[in-house]
Amino acid sequence: MTLIPIAAFLLALLIGTIMIAFLGVNPLIAYQALLKGAFGSTNAIADTVVKATPLLFVGLGICIAFRAGVLNIGGEGQLVAGALSATIICLNFAELPGWILIILALFVGFLCGAIWAGIAGFLKAYFKVNEILSTIMLNYIAAYGMNYLLRGPIMDPLQIELGSFIPQTTRLTHVVDLPRLIPTRLHFGTIVAVVFAILVYIFLWRTTIGFRVRMIGQNIQASRASGINVQKYMVLAFILSGALVGLGGAIEVLGVHHRLFTDGSVSGFTGSAGFNGIVAALFGQLHPIGTIPASLLLGALLTGANKMQRAVQIPSALIGALNGLIVLLVVGSDYLRRSQARRMEQTAESKTNSKNKNKKESQ
Amino acid sequence: MEAIIIGIAKSAIRLATPYLYASIGETIGQLSGVLNLGVDGVMLMGAFSAFYTVLKTGNLWLGLLVAIVVGAIFGLLIAFINVTLKAEQGISGIGVYIFGLGLSSLLFSTMVGTVQTVSGFSPLSIPWLSNLPIAGEIFFHQNILVYGAFALIPLAWFILNKTPLGLSIRAVGQNPEAADSLGVSIVRIRYFTVVLGGMLSGIAGASLSIALLNVFQQNLTNGMGFIAVALVYFGAWRPTTVLIGALLFSTVNAIQIWVQVHGINIPSDFTLMMPYIVTIVVLAAMAKRRIHPPAALNKPFERGE
Repeated sequence: MTLIPIAAFLLALLIGTIMIAFLGVNPLIAYQALLKGAFGSTNAIADTVVKATPLLFVGLGICIAFRAGVLNIGGEGQLVAGALSATIICLNFAELPGWILIILALFVGFLCGAIWAGIAGFLKAYFKVNEILSTIMLNYIAAYGMNYLLRGPIMDPLQIELGSFIPQTTRLTHVVDLPRLIPTRLHFGTIVAVVFAILVYIFLWRTTIGFRVRMIGQNIQASRASGINVQKYMVLAFILSGALVGLGGAIEVLGVHHRLFTDGSVSGFTGSAGFNGIVAALFGQLHPIGTIPASLLLGALLTGANKMQRAVQIPSALIGALNGLIVLLVVGSDYLRRSQARRMEQTAESKTNSKNKNKKESQ
Repeated sequence: MEAIIIGIAKSAIRLATPYLYASIGETIGQLSGVLNLGVDGVMLMGAFSAFYTVLKTGNLWLGLLVAIVVGAIFGLLIAFINVTLKAEQGISGIGVYIFGLGLSSLLFSTMVGTVQTVSGFSPLSIPWLSNLPIAGEIFFHQNILVYGAFALIPLAWFILNKTPLGLSIRAVGQNPEAADSLGVSIVRIRYFTVVLGGMLSGIAGASLSIALLNVFQQNLTNGMGFIAVALVYFGAWRPTTVLIGALLFSTVNAIQIWVQVHGINIPSDFTLMMPYIVTIVVLAAMAKRRIHPPAALNKPFERGE
């Protein structure tokens, strides 16, 4: 079963090789640069893990949502909601003691991510609004809302004074910097992400609520028939999903950037982590633990691609295209897995049927 | 005041163009039971390929043709994954979007690099009609792709409602088992509608890059393809109501651009947000109407044994 994503990944890499060759670069040299960029030094490895952290948060959120049968594509917007709200808390309560402010900021990020996704969940459950469309729209609304605030109310006063008007906040107070794990960019948020991966696993497979969340994803009619309040659990799945993504956004601010910024585009702050996290979750077979190595792999690709761009002038957008291919290959090959499972089921069924028949005949 | 309204109306008609092509293509696909959420990715590829062809050859029609071919190739890919491999259509659409976005950005940065403009389709005044007061200025001083988009509405309506092909398409989307038992090939119809949808998305993208904006940059569409999908829900799978939806959105866009150009004191980020807010509100409002999507939408066909 785990073979399918690996095969999908290798196939995507093969197509990537052809694309690199087309661009007139020796694929071996390009991949060498990529590998070196992702794993070549302690700093490179740390950067890979730092890049993987938001992907893991988004991926975990996606695991919950997709398992519940709701397609939350709003990772981008929920990251922004989390990052923006945490930033505003840190800017306004800078005099609080560090650890209280950190917990407060992360909690508010968690909450705002939940609210942002909850809107889509509510619209889906009670108004039957297609959640893919609503979450995409919420992505844009969040991004433009953030851009507006960064260009005005929360812009760094120094930018206004100097007249440079770069849309970013001032650097947040040092007391909210998440602790570093080793003297690199690696921060405590990664550990939080891994802990949450385990918690999500326990939630989905070891609690009654988690069981119901998965059940509405597998068979909505049967869930309704067995008395589960489908709408409630649908909204819950969205809220939990968005909460994890929002927390990821808050951690990006406190752990990596220490300020909020934008380049004016809709993925200026997130770097498309909201979409890449979906790839990570699918790649990890929608399993929270499987999403950990999947995020690391994508984090390595993204980090390596930046270095590759500088070394051999292959634009890092290549990885974006490959990510899309990975999604297509994973969902496409899912059919093979399902039909195989069905065939096995059928043979098992026909065996038991013939057994029963034999029994009846002998009676 | 009159000049302002005419100006906004004229640009609303222009800006409806990409929505119309993409939404009509998506409508036909969804009527046959295939939900394609990758429209935005295909539009980006169409926009880039048309733009690049025009940049290199200066031939607008060749650019349009290349966009159609690229759209058809993407349509084939989408049909293969959704129809043949029976993938979960919501997720595969996101895959197509990410792929199209990534590939068009990759090609743009390696083959073009900097933001450049081309001279696109120029306005074509329709004799006599263009002299009409007000309406002439609004409707009949547009470029050929705008006329094409509006001509597409009655054409799609006719094909869907008055031809055997349209009947087959709707049968495949409503009741594939019955269609199958009558000898209609589900696979062939769905491939046809999805490839056609891909071609129309390609034209939608080209209309942006070589007729309306005459420029390409990364993520040029900015989610327009998703709004086009939303318009299909808004239009309740009918070309005529899709047209109303497209005009609603293009009017919002036109007002937004007008406000921005005239430096009215509303932050541009707010006006940019408007189409997306309108989409959500409209989708929620639609829920009150009792209109159901094609019964087999997003359901791969499995022939019962």
